Amino acid sequence: MDEISYAPAEGVLSLAWLLIALPAIGAAVLLLTGRRSDKWGHWLGVATIGGAFALALAMFSSLAGLENKSADLDLFTILSVGDLDIEANLLFDPLSAVFCLLITGVGFLIHVYAVGYMAPDAGRRKFFAYFNLFVAAMLILVLGGNYFMTFIGWEGVGLASYLLISFWQMKPAAATAGKKAFLTNRVADVGFLLAMFTMIGALGTVDFAGVFNGAASLSTGTSLAIGLLLLAAACGKSGQFPFQTWLPDAMEGPTPVSALIHAATMVTAGVYLIARSHVIFSLNADVQTAVVIVGALTLLFGAVVGCAKDDIKRVLAWSTVSQIGYMFLAVGLGGGAFALGIIHLLAHGFFKAGLFLGSGSVMHAMNDQTDIRRFGGLWRKMPLTYATFAAGWLAIIGLFPFSGFFTKDPIIHDAFAREGWQGWAVGGAALLGAALTAFYMTRLFVLTFHGPKRWTDDVHPHESPAIMTVPLVLLGLGSLGAGALMATSVPEWLTPVFGEPHEVHGHLSHMQVTVATTVVVVLGAGLGWFLFRNGTDEVPRAAAWPVRAARADLGGEAVNRGLFERPSRLAASASVAMDGRVVDGAVNGLAAGVGGTSRRLLVLQTGFVRSYALSILSGAVIVVAALMVVVVQ
Amino acid sequence: MNEAQQAGLQIDWAGLAPMIIVFVAAFGGLLVEATVPKGRRLVVQVSLAVIALAAAFAAVILNQGKNGTAFEIEGAAIGSVVLDGPGLFLQGTLAVLSIIAVLLLAERRTTRGGDFVAEAAVVADSAADKAQRREDGATEIFPLTLFAVGGMMMFVVAGDLLTMFVALEMLSLPLYLLCGLAKRRRLISQEAALKYFLLGAFASAFYVYGMAMLFGFAGTVDLAGINQAGVDSGQPRMFLYIGVAMLAVAMLFKAAAVPFHMWTPDVYTGAPTPVTALMAACVKVAAFGGLLRVFNVGLASSAWDWHLILTVIAVATMLGGAIFAVTQRNIKRLLAYSSIANAGYLLIGVIALGEAVGQTMFYLAAYGFTVIAAFAVVSLVRDGDEEATHLARWAGLGKQSPGTAVVVTILMLALAGLPFTSGFTAKFSLFTAALQADELGLVIVGVVSSAILAFPYLKVVVLLWLNEPAPDAPTVNLPSPMAGTVVAAGVVATILLGVMPGFLLDIVDQASTFLNT
Repeated sequence: MDEISYAPAEGVLSLAWLLIALPAIGAAVLLLTGRRSDKWGHWLGVATIGGAFALALAMFSSLAGLENKSADLDLFTILSVGDLDIEANLLFDPLSAVFCLLITGVGFLIHVYAVGYMAPDAGRRKFFAYFNLFVAAMLILVLGGNYFMTFIGWEGVGLASYLLISFWQMKPAAATAGKKAFLTNRVADVGFLLAMFTMIGALGTVDFAGVFNGAASLSTGTSLAIGLLLLAAACGKSGQFPFQTWLPDAMEGPTPVSALIHAATMVTAGVYLIARSHVIFSLNADVQTAVVIVGALTLLFGAVVGCAKDDIKRVLAWSTVSQIGYMFLAVGLGGGAFALGIIHLLAHGFFKAGLFLGSGSVMHAMNDQTDIRRFGGLWRKMPLTYATFAAGWLAIIGLFPFSGFFTKDPIIHDAFAREGWQGWAVGGAALLGAALTAFYMTRLFVLTFHGPKRWTDDVHPHESPAIMTVPLVLLGLGSLGAGALMATSVPEWLTPVFGEPHEVHGHLSHMQVTVATTVVVVLGAGLGWFLFRNGTDEVPRAAAWPVRAARADLGGEAVNRGLFERPSRLAASASVAMDGRVVDGAVNGLAAGVGGTSRRLLVLQTGFVRSYALSILSGAVIVVAALMVVVVQ
Repeated sequence: MNEAQQAGLQIDWAGLAPMIIVFVAAFGGLLVEATVPKGRRLVVQVSLAVIALAAAFAAVILNQGKNGTAFEIEGAAIGSVVLDGPGLFLQGTLAVLSIIAVLLLAERRTTRGGDFVAEAAVVADSAADKAQRREDGATEIFPLTLFAVGGMMMFVVAGDLLTMFVALEMLSLPLYLLCGLAKRRRLISQEAALKYFLLGAFASAFYVYGMAMLFGFAGTVDLAGINQAGVDSGQPRMFLYIGVAMLAVAMLFKAAAVPFHMWTPDVYTGAPTPVTALMAACVKVAAFGGLLRVFNVGLASSAWDWHLILTVIAVATMLGGAIFAVTQRNIKRLLAYSSIANAGYLLIGVIALGEAVGQTMFYLAAYGFTVIAAFAVVSLVRDGDEEATHLARWAGLGKQSPGTAVVVTILMLALAGLPFTSGFTAKFSLFTAALQADELGLVIVGVVSSAILAFPYLKVVVLLWLNEPAPDAPTVNLPSPMAGTVVAAGVVATILLGVMPGFLLDIVDQASTFLNT
């Protein structure tokens, strides 16, 4: 493999820092000016993201003109200890470029939407401050030129995510959900830290170029360790098995947050991390297999649970878990599939953001209710939301010519192309996942917009204002067209990063996969439509065990409780007992001993000058005597 | 051409200038007492003292880099006054610390007319005593302080035992008197002065006896000569041992090491608080400056002989000071015992000899700033006219005077040696140096002692913040710019030396070599 090096940034590319600075300044101004900026703060938030988007576009086109398609920008030294130098440097290459466009582009639309969505909320300025903070951190994550910078962004988005999930912190559920997300991510982040430590230990650097160039010299064990540790971190941030439980709870945050952070951008950071570290992951077949298994397992897991949920946002959240599973599957397959993972990520960014914003629009109309059993027949009342939601629905289930078709089918094809029985297993899982996706998304769509009205008495649905529908329409158009546009152009654009894609031929041909997928999708969607065309029960009925298991998140919570919560509680009470009896006992005993000695010895301090003089005299005698003893010896 | 120059005597006047300035200012202060009208004496005395000390400091700065003796005859050095790195650094430290101490002495807002009376020997609570208490405070304290400070500056550069003895008495006598000048609680103040005087005289006798023994052994009182004699003297070594022992007793008395420490709590408590501050900061610098010089220059060749007994004393001092401090209920006594424990830590630096000279000096400077500020705060917290020194009275101070409580907290944390304060950097660098000198055992005892000592300091912090104030809680008097400057300077130095100690560590590093070692 060729030596990896990054050319220094020139021209507009040397403004990469401004990309981060714009939203960061926005966040700082909004937080520091306090109530004074309540009136115009949200527009500042929108403007900084708009500016960042414009700059990202300019940098994108400037990058396209470069020969080696990369720009490295050194800012300053963060840390210099011994032989280890950690620089604050930014790397703008095709991979970070598409992420920048996604983050600022979709981010801009969602910011605009949020101006309308958050209008009734007194904390709107604070919301936009955190929102800008998130964008700044996310841009650091994807622009960082070494693992340390990525980690700073990684933790930054974690913080912003925490702040925004529990934005309505007065709601106990929101506060708990924020804490859960934060803690789960901390556990996974230990993987990231350990991976960095391993890199420093083995290679003495955390620079992308340094790590990738040195990766070939690593022992199998070390590369396996780094790969698995990074995978753990990625699973945490992206809500993949076994860290999936925090993501659905994160829907307690305001809907624009769910759209931007917990669907379009932050949760895809794990995919970014693996794609960025493709050199390490490609080294070791075992790591790749691990990624593939995580992806396949999670995509089924999410899809199954998604079928049993009745909360519009939670269904979408589980579908996010499932779709990111597809992306993990793709980047785990390696080779040309890296690029497939990225285009599915981009397409997903559009249609899932659109779906979430659509669900927000529906909630707006329905007094913030989220129970799809009490919706129905909304298509007449809110045609724009309906149309855009439909575009998103068709895109996610992957029917021609919507974007999912162009991005999901190749992944399924490549999964089938894996060697031996693994190909059949993984490909089968991906195909089954597609059928399930079609089923639960159709169920969601039909129960929300079609069938009889099952509204509660006090709701009066209405279409949302233009500031919310315009972004919806734009994202809907993206869901329609983006797939076809990206299917060939993006893999080509990413070639400098991942290398020349090569055609894989496996168990099934492209045509066979396309036909099979289309058939199962149509079947799944048809079944969903048929079963739920007349609505559903307003309260859940007793059901067979698979449904009950899916309703209970397939036991994810129970596992957490049994495996982590109960032992932790035990350990906590044991340490309290230990602290109270043993440690405190020893400490108190020691303190009493010292105090007693002190009181007893202080009797010597009589206050009489004669006894003080005696003390000096005896001291002198002892000193002389001691010196004599030394002499005699 | 005068006679001295004819005899080939050369005098480094610039090198002597710091001491000359201080002594001249001290005599000038006496003249001020006699000539300037009473109303204006305070202003004149304070300005005179501060300007003189600042000038002395400037003179020390100009002397930096010198490495020789102040007197030479026909090119041959006479070692009575030695101008070398440690001597100059300690002189500079003394000048700065005593400027701060003088400002504290000059505080007049917290008690009307100041904390001092003019005559120490008037029978307490007699009619004459009551009359002098009603008067505005005495201004004789300033020349007295200057004499003491001049003595200290001489003590740290004295290169022979005789000069050192003169300096020792010069610094001690004014201090005995100053201790007895407290305006409140006259009786206890007089008691303190008398105790300090009697025991000080006792210790001086040891000094003279030890000096005589060493002269008998070495045939000289010059420190370098004594060191040389330790190698090649034909006299019985018995003289050396008795001499070392007696000398050590006298100097450890001034340094307040166990078992020569017993005067410390009584005197610290009885003396007027500003004088206590002067003793805790400046006398400690002088005493350890002298100890460092005597042991590094004069007794290095017999190190093996005294190493064990000094180690025992250091251990006793560290543990004793800390253990006694645990049960103290009076803030001044607490600080007195803490000063004893700190003397123990500093003794580690003496025992480690050349490895730790610089770090010991850093410790002295850092501790000096912190402890002066601590006593300054003590003088601000008052029950009516008297200082509220009982710790129970400090409960809940954080609620009523958060500013003062924050200052006390910072100082206590520094004394306890927590990071980001000078207490931590000082202890850390001193213990590190001691480890390099293979004094692991002493360092372990030092750390244990610090841990014990942290308890009483933190108890004060807990009292300040977590206890409810008493209904008749003491008031914190707003200090005049005088004491205000003292507190501010102490706290700033404490934090500065904790956060960025580099510049001072560099200085002490360069100034850590004695002449003739």
